[in-house]
Amino acid sequence: MQRSKKTGVQEILIGLVIAYLALILFIPAINVFYQAFKYGLAPFFGNFAKPEFLHAIQLTLIIALIVVPVNAVFGLCAAWAIARHKIPGRAFIISIIDLPFSISPVVAGLMLVLLYGRIGILGPLMEFTNMKIIFALPGMIIATAFVTLPFVARSVIPVLEETGPEQEEAAKTLGAKDWQIFWRVTLPNIRWGLLYGLILTNARSMGEFGAVAVVSGNIIGKTQTLPLYVEEAYKQYQTQAAFSAAVLLGCLGVITLILKEILERKTTIKDEA
Amino acid sequence: MAVASARKLKLQWKSIWEAIAGASWPWRITLVYLALMLFLPMLAMFLKATSGSPVQFWKIATSSVAMSAYDVTFVTALITALINGVFGTIIAWVLVRYEFPMKRIIDAAIDIPFAIPTAVAGLTIATVYSENGWIGSLLAPFGIKVAFTRLGVAVAMLFISLPFVVRTLQPVLREIEPELEEAALCLGATKSQTFIRVILPPLLPAIITGIALGFSRAVGEYGSVVIVASNIPFKDLSAPVLVFQRLEQYDAYGATVIGTVLLLVSLVILVGINLIQAWERRYAEK
Repeated sequence: MQRSKKTGVQEILIGLVIAYLALILFIPAINVFYQAFKYGLAPFFGNFAKPEFLHAIQLTLIIALIVVPVNAVFGLCAAWAIARHKIPGRAFIISIIDLPFSISPVVAGLMLVLLYGRIGILGPLMEFTNMKIIFALPGMIIATAFVTLPFVARSVIPVLEETGPEQEEAAKTLGAKDWQIFWRVTLPNIRWGLLYGLILTNARSMGEFGAVAVVSGNIIGKTQTLPLYVEEAYKQYQTQAAFSAAVLLGCLGVITLILKEILERKTTIKDEA
Repeated sequence: MAVASARKLKLQWKSIWEAIAGASWPWRITLVYLALMLFLPMLAMFLKATSGSPVQFWKIATSSVAMSAYDVTFVTALITALINGVFGTIIAWVLVRYEFPMKRIIDAAIDIPFAIPTAVAGLTIATVYSENGWIGSLLAPFGIKVAFTRLGVAVAMLFISLPFVVRTLQPVLREIEPELEEAALCLGATKSQTFIRVILPPLLPAIITGIALGFSRAVGEYGSVVIVASNIPFKDLSAPVLVFQRLEQYDAYGATVIGTVLLLVSLVILVGINLIQAWERRYAEK
């Protein structure tokens, strides 16, 4: 350490890092807030008078409210199944759960169109039962659930593996029922890991663009979420409106980062990931 | 005979059924959810992709528009992943080894690309790097245009793939014992020799994993790229945007062909990452 100080390597590297991060990360991030509020608070609050903006917020919240609990249940089940069983091909199963991270969101959306759309393999069934999934809310929920599928499982698996099955086995020997073991022993042990996964799921649910854009059809006031509103407003040269919506999502990002940081300090998950 | 084989078949079905019924509830939920959410959509895409003849598939997959879109997507993603490989390594090094003011905040801010929606990233990069934006206006006098060009696509990809190398490398760097470096230095190795021969080798699997993850993310990126680029074919139209455009033009087969190419590339990267991690584990055990 001492030596590198003398040669100035340390200062150069720190300067380099800050310059690079400023160009790629900090200036664009600060710009969101600057652009949204450069004419004061009026344009930001003026946006709330627009019904399509309010509808976009509402839709974004509805999707997150459905997707987060559903993926939480799946994530907990998958994490428990994987962490508590010595099964062959464990790494392979984790890779499968990770698939949505490596599939392009647009391709994910395309898959759903090919499955549930009018031209899709379940198309005739959809028509017969008069169900509308593509270009409607159900498709957007499925698409969002697809892209956020791995988060909870990925955050809970390392915590579950670290705590080991001993406490659960002890509870079982003492006559506790399965759900009692889950609520009283397992859940308290994994609570921070679970919360971490939920926060990431929520952030991605509210912010997902590609997959939702494909399946939603972006119908204003109907299937337009907040991220879709941002793009639409920008394309219509309503830059101010775009940034007013973007700053809401930016705040969501900041809150997510703060919560993440708090949780990482509480646990050692950062070293596990 | 027929009765016997029928009975055998019935028994077989029974045993499969018992295996499923015998599995615990979490297992059942996991498998059913994965089947519905992952395999069924993938199957739908596979069926669509194989609905045309291989010749037709090949023709669309290698059409000139598609080839230029692969060029924009894969080449730009590779270059940006490598740039982030270098800078990510430096960032991780600085964050683990040095102490300086605001370090914690900078460390936390590395995750901004994970927390901020891609549409917002695209919007703000397009504004900052436009001709009258904060950074774009400084570059404009030199004739460098970033927004609505391939360079803009590169900046968006740099943004979204930034955290990967940093986050895969940090835990590995923390575990390295300083004794090794000290030993190398004591034995007369120069600083650069120590870095290349002693420090870098154990970090390499993590760096490569991070680069691969960043590349994979950049290849599939849609939200920020579609906003930053002008999306003109043969100029800065990327493959995911091409998939979207084909679908908008009701050319589901064309979209599927290019989507399949993208999917296959991501699967290859995923397998590659797993192999690197297996190699890393072996390295760690030695």
